[in-house]
Amino acid sequence: MEKHSIDHLEGICSQVRRDCLRMVHAVQSGHPGAALGMCEYVVALFFNEMEHDSDFKMDGKGEDLFFLSNGHVSALWYSVLARSGYFGVPELGTFRKINSRLQGHPATEEGLPGIRIASGSLGQGLSVGIGAAQTKKLNQDDKLVYVMMGDGEQQEGQVWEAAMYAAHHKVDNLIAAIDLNRQQIDGPTEKVMDLIDLGAKWEAFGWQIVNIEKGNDMASVLEGLAKAKSLTGQGKPVMILLHTEMGYGVDFMVGTHKWHGVAPNDEQLENALGQLEETLGDY
Amino acid sequence: MEKTLDLKYTYTEKKDTRSGFGDGLLEAGRNNPNVVGLCADLIGSLKMGAFQKEFPERFFQVGIAEANMIGLAAGMTIGGKIPFTGTFANFSTGRVYDQIRQSVAYSDKNVKICASHAGLTLGEDGATHQILEDLGMMRMLPHMTVINPCDYNQTKAATLALVDHVGPAYLRFGRPSWPIFTPADQKFEIGKAWKMIDGKDVTIFATGHLVWEAVVAEAMLREEGISAEVINIHTIKPLDTEAILDSVAKTGCAVSAEEHQLNGGLGDSIAQTLIRNHPAPLEYVGVNDSFGESGTPTQLLEKYGLNAENIVKKAKIALRRKSG
Ligand SMILES: Cc1ncc(C[n+]2csc(CCOP(=O)(O)OP(=O)(O)O)c2C)c(N)n1
Ligand SMILES: [Mg+2]
Repeated sequence: MEKHSIDHLEGICSQVRRDCLRMVHAVQSGHPGAALGMCEYVVALFFNEMEHDSDFKMDGKGEDLFFLSNGHVSALWYSVLARSGYFGVPELGTFRKINSRLQGHPATEEGLPGIRIASGSLGQGLSVGIGAAQTKKLNQDDKLVYVMMGDGEQQEGQVWEAAMYAAHHKVDNLIAAIDLNRQQIDGPTEKVMDLIDLGAKWEAFGWQIVNIEKGNDMASVLEGLAKAKSLTGQGKPVMILLHTEMGYGVDFMVGTHKWHGVAPNDEQLENALGQLEETLGDY
Repeated sequence: MEKTLDLKYTYTEKKDTRSGFGDGLLEAGRNNPNVVGLCADLIGSLKMGAFQKEFPERFFQVGIAEANMIGLAAGMTIGGKIPFTGTFANFSTGRVYDQIRQSVAYSDKNVKICASHAGLTLGEDGATHQILEDLGMMRMLPHMTVINPCDYNQTKAATLALVDHVGPAYLRFGRPSWPIFTPADQKFEIGKAWKMIDGKDVTIFATGHLVWEAVVAEAMLREEGISAEVINIHTIKPLDTEAILDSVAKTGCAVSAEEHQLNGGLGDSIAQTLIRNHPAPLEYVGVNDSFGESGTPTQLLEKYGLNAENIVKKAKIALRRKSG
């Protein structure tokens, strides 16, 4: 993958944020909060870090793979896929509409390039990512698997079944990440179901931990990903704790669960877009 | 379309059926100190906020952990609590099927599994969330009572009826704003079908949101000189086989209508009843072995043929088969 400057990557983030907001606004449904918060990380993966081919093949042999377990953040993934050439940018305008390939939650059913497994029901993506990583080993494929999860999602028991398994089976070609925005639907995770010290939990399960304290700062994200990559191949799976702000980039959306799954109205959209430069042209 | 029709039931207000559950639960909590609520990070979506506010000590936020929630609820019945669990229908059934099977159904525990956002009318979230198999899964379980009310008032009445019903139960409701066409003061009898409209040529058996579509279909058929009987099957299990057989003995053919897969749902239940006792033509309105997708509720009901127009079409086919 060719490397881009931080400025360039930040420019892409601004456009992707615009895409997400416009997509969610157009159908008055979807999940803007975490999409805005995870933007730097997912843009860094697709535009800088992962070796991948936008001429999509389900098998992904010889490529790094990405799985979005918190599937409600679909708008972000679709925008990044379109902007990196998997399908035409205008198709973003069909998001969540009838007969679209851009389903509310990622799906393989309609054959959208880039999607390898359906997600939306939380807690399932890490298991799938681990399975795909083990297949890579069986195939002597030295590329990596990336899995993204939410922090509220950590409350699902299956996540911890997967955690135990990956360490036991030394799945060390895997970099998982948790979007630590400290919010979920009913409120702050601390109030809904306290996760206490997630890093200590994952460490106790036998994983190597990388903290990206500034998950909305591109330089920190790139640094954290480089560190995570350097830890692969050492007999342990790698977990990135990505500290982000839900709603980052739009002043009235930052830091609250209230924008988890609510679309901006016309006025709010205009206000939000005023804060985000149109760098690559709106769809 | 509806405006110009002479409907036997009309409405002045629309509301979501999940609000009927939320309001019913609040009243149930006031009537009975043993009623407790559990929710898996969807308090707003399930409309459980009022109950939580009034009875904070009887309400349990379990986080995004549905399997744990079902187990907790089963445990709470030991000693006399009446737990009402709340999450989306998909995560209330498929996600936790074995927990329900072993800890609730097989162990015969008094847990009320309350499930919102069922079916296609959930809309834009798409197929991952639009469960169309839940009635089938739940009705296959021994001991389980399965209820799918048609509007806000009936959902509220069903919620209240469940407090006095002892045993495992599944209560299914939805997200969209929907006509309120049944009375607020109705008595909800679990297991008793409700004949809403008398007819003689064909019977329409409907459940959930599609009862309204059946009411519209009856008026459309009447305009064409066809007399349809409309029966509201709010309880899928135990099924009121007597009401079904009485009606088909008179009309000689039927249509079933549900927001569910054809496999395993209301239509199959009715087919079982008819085939054993009184074989007669039966046409199904439901989703034919496919997943749903994103779209508005109205678009989806139209695309998948879950509306009055399709009920009319199927009724005519049933009639033709009867005379054919
Ligand atoms: C199994 C399951 N249960 C419940 C839900 C409903 N749901 C969707 S997103 C969400 C909150 C997720 O929290 P988090 O992972 O922190 O994501 P964020 O709110 O930060 O976007 C819930 C409960 C779901 N999609 N899947
Ligand atoms: Mg979160």
